[in-house]
Amino acid sequence: MSGTACACREIKSREIEIDYNLLDKIIRVDYGGNKEAMIMMMQAIQQVYRFLPEAAVQYLSQVIDVPTTKIYEVATFYASFSLEPKGKYILSVCTGTACHLRGSGGMVEHISKRLGITPGKTTSDLKLTLETVNCVGACAVAPVVVIDEKCHPKADISMLNDFIDHLNAE
Amino acid sequence: MTEAIQTAILPSEAAKIMSPEGLALFRQELLSGHDPNAPLVLVCCGTGCRAAGSVAVVDKFRQVLSGTAWNGKVVPMIKHTGCHGLCSRGPLVVIEPGDLFYQRVTVDDVEEIVNKTILNNETIARLQYKPANSKEVISKTSDIPYYAKQTRLVLKNIGKVDPTDIRDSIMRGSYSALAKVLTRMSPQDVINEVADSKLRGRGGAGFPTGLKWESCARQEGTRYVICNADEGDPGAFMDGALLEGDPHSVLEGMAICAYAIGSNRGYMYVRAEYPMAVKTLTIAIPQAEALGLLGENIMGTGFNFKVTISTGAGAFVCGESSALMASLEGKVGRPRPKYIRSVEKGFRDSPSNLNNVETYANIPGIITNGAEWYKSYGTQRSSGTKVFALTGNVNNIGLVEVPMGISLMEIVFGIGGGIPNKRALKGVQTGGPSGGCIPIPHTIPDINVGYGKLAEVGSIMGSGGMIVMDEDTCMVEVARYFVNFLFQESCGQCTPCREGLIRMREILTRITQGQGKEGDIELLEEIGNFTNSFSLCGLGTSAANPVLSTIRYFREEYNAHVRDKKCPAGVCKPLFHYEINPETCTGCGLCKSKCPVKAISGEKKKTHVIDQSLCIKCMECYKGCKFRSVIIK
Repeated sequence: MSGTACACREIKSREIEIDYNLLDKIIRVDYGGNKEAMIMMMQAIQQVYRFLPEAAVQYLSQVIDVPTTKIYEVATFYASFSLEPKGKYILSVCTGTACHLRGSGGMVEHISKRLGITPGKTTSDLKLTLETVNCVGACAVAPVVVIDEKCHPKADISMLNDFIDHLNAE
Repeated sequence: MTEAIQTAILPSEAAKIMSPEGLALFRQELLSGHDPNAPLVLVCCGTGCRAAGSVAVVDKFRQVLSGTAWNGKVVPMIKHTGCHGLCSRGPLVVIEPGDLFYQRVTVDDVEEIVNKTILNNETIARLQYKPANSKEVISKTSDIPYYAKQTRLVLKNIGKVDPTDIRDSIMRGSYSALAKVLTRMSPQDVINEVADSKLRGRGGAGFPTGLKWESCARQEGTRYVICNADEGDPGAFMDGALLEGDPHSVLEGMAICAYAIGSNRGYMYVRAEYPMAVKTLTIAIPQAEALGLLGENIMGTGFNFKVTISTGAGAFVCGESSALMASLEGKVGRPRPKYIRSVEKGFRDSPSNLNNVETYANIPGIITNGAEWYKSYGTQRSSGTKVFALTGNVNNIGLVEVPMGISLMEIVFGIGGGIPNKRALKGVQTGGPSGGCIPIPHTIPDINVGYGKLAEVGSIMGSGGMIVMDEDTCMVEVARYFVNFLFQESCGQCTPCREGLIRMREILTRITQGQGKEGDIELLEEIGNFTNSFSLCGLGTSAANPVLSTIRYFREEYNAHVRDKKCPAGVCKPLFHYEINPETCTGCGLCKSKCPVKAISGEKKKTHVIDQSLCIKCMECYKGCKFRSVIIK
């Protein structure tokens, strides 16, 4: 894993450096400062930091002239936004119907128990965020687990145990 | 899922097409430079095959093909395509000419395929298709029952074209329907043709498409064309696969709609959980613009149509039209009451025509071949075809396109190849979380799939999710699952939906945990009927369907949970335990090796035992046992 583009690799605490030039590029250049594109701006910002840092929200609010309350309303309404730093790895269990029928619920329960976190939360060492996703469209190879955007077909508890063991050894 | 894929680059001299005739000439030119008998390798790179490793297979083919001495033979082309459909046997590879079908192809098979099949016309039996209960090999794709029994009108290009190269789509006729409307049809002609075809919205509600276009065209002011690709139903992936495999049919359908209703702005609202679909569109739209098939002055006719991609942020309710439009404006996606319909005041308070991906994808075919041709498929009340995402406990998982009115049993057994692991069919769920469970074959022997028939049995067509459930599925748990999903996705603004779902979830959770009480089932029915009657939007008025339909058809199972505190299907953990049947256990040790918590003990060739205090009921031993010796008690 090379630690180049992704800022999350360096996140140690909640205080992170905000690159305002980058924010300007996203808000003003990529989306032309258009309020209607706010959701996509927020997605782009989250892509950089892996969550929405408060300072970035404040800055977005100033530039596009939308109250922060409105931004937080959007951030808390849509499932894909996070206001807390996410972990180095994101482990996402598909809980779509096909995966559910093949036991994905039990996998979520198992990881939750083993790591002591509920879905949507991150381990205290910021190594791993556990998420669930409604359907990734890979029902044929259910149950599916997505680790850092890579799909793992026909996942089971032993495979997840191996992954967590590997993580702990890291 | 987001592995890099090499994208085709249009030749820089590709000048804009300046007239509809220019498109026909360009197509001719492409076709004349293309040898239909040249060897071609089509590798499926749909989501299912990708998950199974198809991108690596493409790379390996490229590497082997370039390292092979061809000695004057034509070097085969390699194409990565959208979803071929038979996802459960992926990665799929089709070799032309000859329509040769290979399944479960891995990187290690590639060299052999090139050396034997491509260079020497030898087939490799182990990679060929064999039906579930037969050893007979079927070598051609078109002879495989899964494909032979489908009617692929909307999916006709998927699996054949490279979605990242517009020239491929043009060769197969893309944008010729747009050229036809721009030269030979008035906007009213287009609306009439679509209305005559009796096409109904494929997003779920089945509203007549022609009627919608007609009412939007009648409005004053700026009009918008919106494509709903916020396919949030768990277990449905038709729209994602369409956009990933054949984006130009959808874009062409939107452009035809724009011409018909007098619009020049289009929005494609795609679910962010489909990164591949978003990526394919960000390649397809600029390619179409570069050729003058979208954007300003399309084919030199003066017609403008600009399409913008907007990504959703993970809210199921945004599939509802008014919520989607609010989300497009950068706001939270809460539906509004529809006293004023969105064809009058929708996006930016302007007249907006919203259709689903599959609806738009149907349009080019209707324009090219006419309404009468379209009506020759399907039934009188539901014309044409429907694409379903066939998933769950069925052998052939994937996308299927069938004429409306087809028998559901034919889909499950004829096309789907039946139920795996010798289990029995218990029911089929259609319509996603807002749909219902149809109890075939026991209570209802079979039904013809159409808008009206599905509604009669308490389900809906929905966008096309079709989940097959076998005897190991607990219907109470399924209802709890859908209610829990809707509880999380309800926007919360209207009381019946918000509170109704909270209470139904509470009761169902209690029942599945073995704490059901007398009267719970009746209370669920009462709350469910109330929620469905008085909620604000389509999500709320169908939210109780999964509960009401399972109670209607599987009341016995609810009773078993509430009264006997038993889960007959062996799903609700507090209500059953696993035991090993000493009479059939062969002592093979498979369950012991599968158990993640080491709860199973026993010597080789002797009966194994489960330590109930350690067992976490994860199903691994139950699923794994080849002798069905692990039993539910």
